[in-house]
Amino acid sequence: MSIRTPLAIARNHGAAKDGVHHWWMQRLTALALVPLVLWFVISIISMAGASYERFTGWVSNPLVAALLIALLVATFYHAAIGLQVIYEDYISNHLRRRVIDVVTKFILTLLGLVSIIAVIGLAVGV
Amino acid sequence: MAELALPKNSRVTQGVSHPVPQGAKNPRQFQIYRWNPDTGENPRIDTYNIDLDKCGPMVLDALIHIKSDVDSTLTFRRSCREGICGSCAMNIDGTNTLACIHAISDIEGPVKIYPLPHMPVVKDLVPDLNHVYAQYQSIKPWLEVESAAPSRERLQSPEDREKLDGLYECILCFCCSTSCPSYWWNGDRFLGPAILLQAYRWLADSRDEHMGERLDALEDPFRLYRCHTIMNCTKTCPKGLNPAKAIAEIKKLMIERR
Ligand code: SF4
Ligand code: SF4
Ligand code: FES
Repeated sequence: MSIRTPLAIARNHGAAKDGVHHWWMQRLTALALVPLVLWFVISIISMAGASYERFTGWVSNPLVAALLIALLVATFYHAAIGLQVIYEDYISNHLRRRVIDVVTKFILTLLGLVSIIAVIGLAVGV
Repeated sequence: MAELALPKNSRVTQGVSHPVPQGAKNPRQFQIYRWNPDTGENPRIDTYNIDLDKCGPMVLDALIHIKSDVDSTLTFRRSCREGICGSCAMNIDGTNTLACIHAISDIEGPVKIYPLPHMPVVKDLVPDLNHVYAQYQSIKPWLEVESAAPSRERLQSPEDREKLDGLYECILCFCCSTSCPSYWWNGDRFLGPAILLQAYRWLADSRDEHMGERLDALEDPFRLYRCHTIMNCTKTCPKGLNPAKAIAEIKKLMIERR
């Protein structure tokens, strides 16, 4: 048990002086994902049934490879900071929230790196 | 994790039923949440069948009639009985509102009355507001200035005064904060719509000189950024105010100063 005044509880550790950047990046990545996802879906549909060579040829275009990497970065970054918000909303135990958030970020970073390297591999033909 | 089921001692049981009074021409049923901290019993719903001809048109009139004539143990807050003090905020017919300005005739079926959601209950319809008042105090809801005090009133142009419209009318009833899911889950740290609307009221005041310090104190993932624009607050405000918009304005100021 601890006896603290209501004001001490409300003021707590003070403000983290952080949050704007996270909020802004969430919106920026969402904004970037709209055209990127649209472009990606349309491109994939237009290549339905095409040969493997046609696909790798498409990826080896530098602009296409760059857009694919941009799509991957935006997607994984958006997912990481979006999941963080959900954890902050629903996991009240501070330690548990930290651990889950860190594990999520490690996994998403790894997945993101793997997919980016795959795109580069396809683009340069290794 | 968020608690999905109520703890055992919070489960609501069926309580006492008060029958329709003899000769009632205009009977109406009220189902009211009751909890007494002194008995150690679970909360219960008591049913009151009353004659509407015996009381005024608003839900608060019925509560006062029940307390005076049927069951004097029923506990609730009220003061002004005209929607200006904010005391009688409660959950009526599924929405947070003021009992004194909510007409019984606007409700279909039995009138269900609960305390404001997700607040500790002191007794019956009386929520514990200590924390939310402390949160209010924490945003310094008063003028903060560095300049020497003028010899007369602090001047404000009519245009600047207009910027406080839609903010100064807030009566701190907390209908909005207690309707906000983010405040339910993280009310210990999230300031909630009522307090953030008040915070913006001081940010928007042309006479205040501490906008920077005020923004510093709000820039926090929990204090401000738990708001996800769900808009429950704006939907429920019995004074027709728009706390969600005030919060969006604060977020805009945060971007502007970068
Ligand atoms: S904004 Fe409306 S609902 Fe919220 S405290 Fe003020 S008057 Fe009440
Ligand atoms: S707009 Fe924000 S403050 Fe209002 S109910 Fe939604 S999350 Fe809560
Ligand atoms: S009694 Fe004052 S607002 Fe209802």
